[in-house]
Amino acid sequence: MITLSLADVLWFLLLAARWTLLLSAIAFVGGTVGATLLLLWRYGAPRIGRRATTIYIQFFQGTPLLLQLFLIFFGLPMIGIEVSPLLAAGLAPTLYASAFLAEIWRGCVDAIPKGQWDASSSLGMSFVMRMRLVILPQALKIAIPPTVGFLVQLVKSTALASIVGFDELTKSAQIVANATFQPLQVYGLAALVYFAICYPLTFASRKLERHLQVQSHGSPQGKT
Amino acid sequence: MGYEFDVSALVANIGPLLQGAGLTLGLTAFAAVVSLLLSVGGAVTRLWGPSWARVLVGAYVELIRNTPFIVQLFFIFFGLPSIGIKLTALGAAALAMTINLTAYGIEIVRAGIQAVPDGQREGGISLGLSPVRVFLQIVLPQAIAVVYPSLVSQTVITMLESAVISQIAVVDLTHVADLIQSRSYRAFETYFAVAVIYLGMALGLRWLLDRAGMRLFRGQGA
Repeated sequence: MITLSLADVLWFLLLAARWTLLLSAIAFVGGTVGATLLLLWRYGAPRIGRRATTIYIQFFQGTPLLLQLFLIFFGLPMIGIEVSPLLAAGLAPTLYASAFLAEIWRGCVDAIPKGQWDASSSLGMSFVMRMRLVILPQALKIAIPPTVGFLVQLVKSTALASIVGFDELTKSAQIVANATFQPLQVYGLAALVYFAICYPLTFASRKLERHLQVQSHGSPQGKT
Repeated sequence: MGYEFDVSALVANIGPLLQGAGLTLGLTAFAAVVSLLLSVGGAVTRLWGPSWARVLVGAYVELIRNTPFIVQLFFIFFGLPSIGIKLTALGAAALAMTINLTAYGIEIVRAGIQAVPDGQREGGISLGLSPVRVFLQIVLPQAIAVVYPSLVSQTVITMLESAVISQIAVVDLTHVADLIQSRSYRAFETYFAVAVIYLGMALGLRWLLDRAGMRLFRGQGA
């Protein structure tokens, strides 16, 4: 048994939290790219793209992230693809985030009234021009609050990486808890560190949403 | 790659898989029912309770919603025994799932109550009903009808998140998958098949609850 002061434990956990942040960042950046590709496929190839992206989203939203992680970490080596903990811990939440972000952003694009599409195409704009100048600027604005809100879910989901032995915040908490025999304090502190990361995001998401509501109700020509 | 798929281990273990799925569904049902009751209580407290209770419920909601489920589970299962609260793995899993779902449920139910027009409450009061009856018989049913889809979604999410309880040796569906793959060395087939079972359970549960909702809230415009 090792004796550590709570300050030592907290310091140790904060160091480990860097990995949690890194994993979250990887998953968010990767998820952004993945979601963009999914949406391009969906809107670019209405037949196959729509079907395929729906199945993809359905699978990743309808199965536990833990099993997706196991499938990558334990499953892929079985069929001949070697996977390191970092790759599994980065890839699983990336695929997961791609599905969720694609679904969130699809909703935002679909929320743009059809008249906007019609009007811009009647002005002779190409698909790319319509997207870039008319649809996306409006869709992005309403996409920001739910995207920030999803970040909270993403940060929390990186905790599962501890199960495949990736040494992020939750894994470090396990190690320290086992070494000090103070699980209550250690897991409590770990929870507080997560809270310190997630709460500002929750708060910002809520603020942005309220801001958006005020805007859309406040000005008649805001968005139609 | 020369890899041959072999699902014989899965077929041979159909019994344990069904038991695991049953446990996952049973825990989800338990958490859903208990947390619905607690959520209504929490939402009422958050809206009309004394200020200290409002702060307390608010803190609980934010704390749970902004920390990972697995840390909550470990805190309950490994942490609480050190202050004398000993739970079995199954008890800890049920408690963690309920606590987690309740935090989301409180926010959902609260939004539902706030969505019911004030005239409904005033109408009930003017008919001479007691405030408690007005709430239970007029406001609450409409509130639940409005947010029912969100409650269903959150329940499905809880079922999927519950895969984590396999880590404290609760023999749920994921734990059965772990056992099968460690004996058969067929990790890919096992985890893929079990992921598909979860998908089926998620879709089935959603379908069932949606149907139930349509019957329950028929004619309420929800």
